Amino acid sequence: MNKKARSKIIAYIFLIVVGVVMVYPLVWLFFSCFKTNQELFGSLTFLPDHFSMDGFINGWKGSGQFTYGTFYKNTFLQVIPTVLFTVLSTGLVAYGFARFRFPMKKFLFLLMISTMMLPSSVITIPRYVMFNTFGWNDTYMPFWIPALLATYPFFIFMQIQFMRGIPRELDESAYVDGCNPFVTYVRIIFPLMKPAIFSVIIFQFLWRWNDYYNNLIFISSTKKYAISLALKMSIDSTGGVTEWSNVLSMSFLSMIPPTLLFFFAQKYFVEGITAGSVKG
Amino acid sequence: MDIRKGKENQSAPAVKVRKYPRTWKWGLLFIMPWLVGFLLLEAYPLVMSLIYSFTDFSILKSGKFVGIQNYVKLFTSDRYFLKSLGITIKYTIISVPCKVAFALFIAMILNMKLKGINFFRTVYYLPSIMGGSVAIAILWRFMFMSDGIINKLLGTLHMPQPNWLGDPDTALATMVLLVVWQFGSSMVLFLGALKNVPTELYEAAAVDGASKPRQFFKITLPMISPIIFFNIMMQTINALQEFTSPSIITNGGPNHGTYLLGLKIYEDAFKNLKMGYASATSWVLFAIVLVITVLMFKTSDAWVFYNDGGLDS
Repeated sequence: MNKKARSKIIAYIFLIVVGVVMVYPLVWLFFSCFKTNQELFGSLTFLPDHFSMDGFINGWKGSGQFTYGTFYKNTFLQVIPTVLFTVLSTGLVAYGFARFRFPMKKFLFLLMISTMMLPSSVITIPRYVMFNTFGWNDTYMPFWIPALLATYPFFIFMQIQFMRGIPRELDESAYVDGCNPFVTYVRIIFPLMKPAIFSVIIFQFLWRWNDYYNNLIFISSTKKYAISLALKMSIDSTGGVTEWSNVLSMSFLSMIPPTLLFFFAQKYFVEGITAGSVKG
Repeated sequence: MDIRKGKENQSAPAVKVRKYPRTWKWGLLFIMPWLVGFLLLEAYPLVMSLIYSFTDFSILKSGKFVGIQNYVKLFTSDRYFLKSLGITIKYTIISVPCKVAFALFIAMILNMKLKGINFFRTVYYLPSIMGGSVAIAILWRFMFMSDGIINKLLGTLHMPQPNWLGDPDTALATMVLLVVWQFGSSMVLFLGALKNVPTELYEAAAVDGASKPRQFFKITLPMISPIIFFNIMMQTINALQEFTSPSIITNGGPNHGTYLLGLKIYEDAFKNLKMGYASATSWVLFAIVLVITVLMFKTSDAWVFYNDGGLDS
């Protein structure tokens, strides 16, 4: 028993020490936002001498022509429809694979799973060329359409796994009541998928919010920049001297929406991905 | 996993024997968005990039067929390709095992029945929220500057203060540190897997006198091997394509020492507008992913234990 207590104490000490190292950069970033440029490089103190809001005020001005207000609006305009489309499309596709038999199902399922291994750099160049002929470059269509067309196999797979845990008797009793398969999905399955759907929302929101690569390729005018490109611009274009206090403040600010979502929905998130990924 | 579940759908004995239940059209209808997406946004671009790779195509000109010239050039006269390939493989080989092992280790500790585990789980996940974002890469660049906070901390401890981003090896090391720091999603998957290992197995092993390490190797590892497999696979594919870190933290430098393939393909295609050539490079990357995938699946029979139809179904 004594040995057990000791190993628990060791575990706690370890968790705390590693935990401090883990969050140190983020806490340090938070306090750095309130430091002036001289203080950032001059001193080692953790807390700023006095809390200066200059980093936020000057940083928010963005490129001069466009403020971070525009960049946030753009990011939401890009990300929120993408997340909604992903939930709509991947859920239906998962339902199709999980509950129905149809010709070539096994082959199509393997094909869908194997696209998880497709490196995006292989398909990006032809997509760019194709979207260019559609006139979609420098719009958010290159973000919305792939979501509407369910090209996120990870989410499909996760929801199939989750659906396997929902008893089929529920579907069948809905059929008996005269619901067609689509109505059954909307009324019976979808509400029961809550943990899995929250996982899709969180993951997809975080990934799209953080996306840099696709923005860099498909978006060219500053007017349409999302936060990732705005931040990239802020470390590039200040002509030699980077205003680090502005850059750090804006970086910190950009982390708030995803972090809030994570805290708000993390109960479902853990439930959804553990149930969704481990069974079978 | 069992994808033939549909068999159970035939609740009443079928009067007429049919190959598919009469709902098969609905099934196809539901997967239609993906099927269209696959053909339009994945299959077609994949074929096109293979075609481009045999041309000198760019967005400015339609391109003419040049045979295997792009590939020959990559391996013989490109100053940076082989170097870039080597660094990418090095980055992957170092970062993936570190990340997966660290994620498993922390998940094992979090799986001990301790109080306040939810708090620690959240804290450990926190850095992963921002994933491959520009914001985190900027933070990293700032922390590891020669007069940044890391070196100041090392200074107070009287330790050597390397010029992290000024030397190819330490610059790559900072990028490895960044990706290992964000082990959260692997950790959550491991936690789920560990919780599903039946405790009776450990109890039985303890009765038989098996030591803790022996239990780990004989019970824990085999039981969670599918998740280990999945994590290694996904992290490898991500690492081979890493883009944000070299683009923001080092810009591929110093001396092209962190010029990962993802960055090279982007620059060749969208800055130098050599899209045919960049397509050839991306196909080499794709070939590497394919070889790794095949190798992983071939060896998986030996080390991945599938408990199909076991305790949870």
